[in-house]
Amino acid sequence: MNPGQYEIAIDPQWSTAIDTIVAANAAQPGSLIQILEQTQKEIGYLPENVQAYLSEKLDIPLSEIYGVTTFYALFNTEPVGQHTISVCMGTACYVKGAGDIVAEFERQLDIKAGETTQDGKFTLEACRCLGACGLAPVLTIDGHVHGRLTSADVRNLLENYE
Amino acid sequence: MATPASNTMVQVTIDGQSISVPASATVLEAAQQAGIMIPTLCYLKDINQTGSCRVCLVEIEKARGLQPACVYPVSDGMVVRTNTPLIRETRKSVLELILSDHPQDCLSCVRSDSCELQSLSKQLGVENLPYPGEVSDYTLDLSSPSIERSSDKCIKCRRCVSTCQKIQHVSALGVSQRGFNTQVAPVFRHTLDEVNCITCGQCINACPVGALREKDEIQKVWQAIADPVQHVIVQVAPSVRAALGEEFGLDPGTPVGHRIPAALKHLGFDKVFDTGFTADLTIMEEGNEFLDRLQGGGALPMITSCSPGWVKYCEHHYPDLLKNLSTAKSPQQMFGALAKTYYADISGIDPRNIYSVSVMPCTAKKYERQRAEHTNRGYEGYDDVDAVLTTRELARMLKQTGLDFLRLSEEPFDAPFGIGTGAGINFGATGGVMEAALRTVYETATNQPLGNIEFLSLRGMEGIREAHVDLPGVGAVHVAVVHGISNARDLLEKVKSGEADYHFIEIMACPGGCIGGGGQPLINAQQRMTLPEDYRIMRTRALFAESQDLSLHKSHDNPNIKLIYEKYLEHPLSEKSHYLLHTHYQARPKYTAQQWVAQDRDHEDLDILVPWQHAHEPHPHEPHPEHLVPNPFAYPDYENTQPSLPESP
Repeated sequence: MNPGQYEIAIDPQWSTAIDTIVAANAAQPGSLIQILEQTQKEIGYLPENVQAYLSEKLDIPLSEIYGVTTFYALFNTEPVGQHTISVCMGTACYVKGAGDIVAEFERQLDIKAGETTQDGKFTLEACRCLGACGLAPVLTIDGHVHGRLTSADVRNLLENYE
Repeated sequence: MATPASNTMVQVTIDGQSISVPASATVLEAAQQAGIMIPTLCYLKDINQTGSCRVCLVEIEKARGLQPACVYPVSDGMVVRTNTPLIRETRKSVLELILSDHPQDCLSCVRSDSCELQSLSKQLGVENLPYPGEVSDYTLDLSSPSIERSSDKCIKCRRCVSTCQKIQHVSALGVSQRGFNTQVAPVFRHTLDEVNCITCGQCINACPVGALREKDEIQKVWQAIADPVQHVIVQVAPSVRAALGEEFGLDPGTPVGHRIPAALKHLGFDKVFDTGFTADLTIMEEGNEFLDRLQGGGALPMITSCSPGWVKYCEHHYPDLLKNLSTAKSPQQMFGALAKTYYADISGIDPRNIYSVSVMPCTAKKYERQRAEHTNRGYEGYDDVDAVLTTRELARMLKQTGLDFLRLSEEPFDAPFGIGTGAGINFGATGGVMEAALRTVYETATNQPLGNIEFLSLRGMEGIREAHVDLPGVGAVHVAVVHGISNARDLLEKVKSGEADYHFIEIMACPGGCIGGGGQPLINAQQRMTLPEDYRIMRTRALFAESQDLSLHKSHDNPNIKLIYEKYLEHPLSEKSHYLLHTHYQARPKYTAQQWVAQDRDHEDLDILVPWQHAHEPHPHEPHPEHLVPNPFAYPDYENTQPSLPESP
């Protein structure tokens, strides 16, 4: 950091974690996506100051990092809930009623797709094809796959995580 | 992609024509050699080659589907077709899809007539718009003092993004989101003044449409001219005369300096002055400052500060080098400071009634004139420069009057700021400031005449150039010249690491220097491909032709410079010079709107210069408070009260 340069205010725990991740990937150029993924795993999401801190650390323009984090659905720039529900909206799932399932989650959690419940428990997102079209309509909760669902299954699913 | 050696040739067939082209060529370049201009939109030679707009699609035998010519490399025996029904229809459909999300307000768009999307629609025969559909959100970003951004006109070609990133290494503009929501904008949906934009305007020069344009100050200037109380003066930067002719159909590289005074008088300006004069003054101050630092142990390398885009970049990205920036103001701001003090005094006009306009090749000059150091000055609280017109805006004003620019007669610039030497005029091209400075530094330091005044190793378009100059009695001086911030950054990193060691560095934000500035006439993508050489080389030649015509080539030989020191400023670096002609800089965060930018850093060592600039009390050399009472010599009688000064030759 240059003398007189404005510093980025960041939680020291976060910056230490990021420094470790950056150091571990230092040998491999072009590993921005990997670093972002590991950072998100560590911190939970990628807020603005984390992106800016990474920009300084990696000497990659912030606009480029911001371009990557907003391009890939995988990255969250807002805090996510304790559990993430990803409902597949690929063609097969959509045809088999994924839209109704999303609507039912929205009704029961009282949020819109892409949002997190007020208590920070659940994040609901509509995602692209999960590649499990045989199980359509399919969703994942924290990476666990649930298939061949109807909107009637929503209450049961949520109860498992209460 | 591996690039084969450029000297090997391959044989390709384009539309039945067999030609031999370098193996490193693209299909687009090969076709141009065969006399076929394949239409392009996102392609910008040497800057943006992404193949993303799909307007340049061609058929290549054995390749699947249609391929973009701008990125497809040639290979031996390749057979290309550029004109089939499928190609014509596909290109047209691609364009119609782009047009479906583009406003139809061409009549009132600043780029009407110079819009590449408009001319492409005509060229490809678009006659109706068959795809009514969703339309992007409309963001009009007026936050920057220099640049206006209308997101609705953006066609996402990324020419501005590549320019901002590759040429300037600023990356204030980037691509975010995806699909239909794709945005070309600063990060986090910020406005341009909330990020590290250096206001250089190179993005405007790259934009094929009207999504990016200069902040227009034409109406303000017309209003001032129409106001009988205002004494409206104008200064014209050297490089304007090397490019203005292009707006009136002349080839790039045609000098038009001799027509400019008459043109500006026709617009109604009371006095027409030459920024070349204050360029000479900049050299006097900066040259002496350099000698002072060299002999007195000041911060070296000293770096030039006349390019406001570069200064802003330094403030954002290299705050530790601010002490290396010359404290001399740019010629525009030196002129502004003198216009409302020295000129007000000798002409007997209340500085509040002087309206000071500058014509610049530069959008960053609009930002520079609004910096806190240059506004709200003196007892009267005036701004040193009241309006900045780019070369393009001046052309628009001239066109509004219907004046036949090409028939104007030759007239001199007005006294007392009418004479610039060849040294001052050369400021407009990369290397010009250094060359001018060396001429004055040499003769001031050694008291010997400089034999050969041309430092040829500092001329040209190479990104980084350098020279060793032996100053007898002082020692060898190692200097460097860079243009384009990317090149500057490369050099500064070497300086910081100790790999390079210089005494004096000239940095210009824009490639080519001011002649390639962000306010200059636009050179479109097709011209960049077809002009016989780089337009910046052509403009530099015009600039040198202007400077060759002058009888004096060293700033310190300028008779009006001698006079202003004798009558007013005393000597270079005098207290009065410091007050009027020097300035200071400050570290700036890259992202100002963020709460996560710590703002409480200690910057006291970065404010450079004389103590009274920190206090708001007026300095003894501020204009005398009698200007606050009605001035007996005020307009319109001022002309009878002008003291005699040497006329421009």
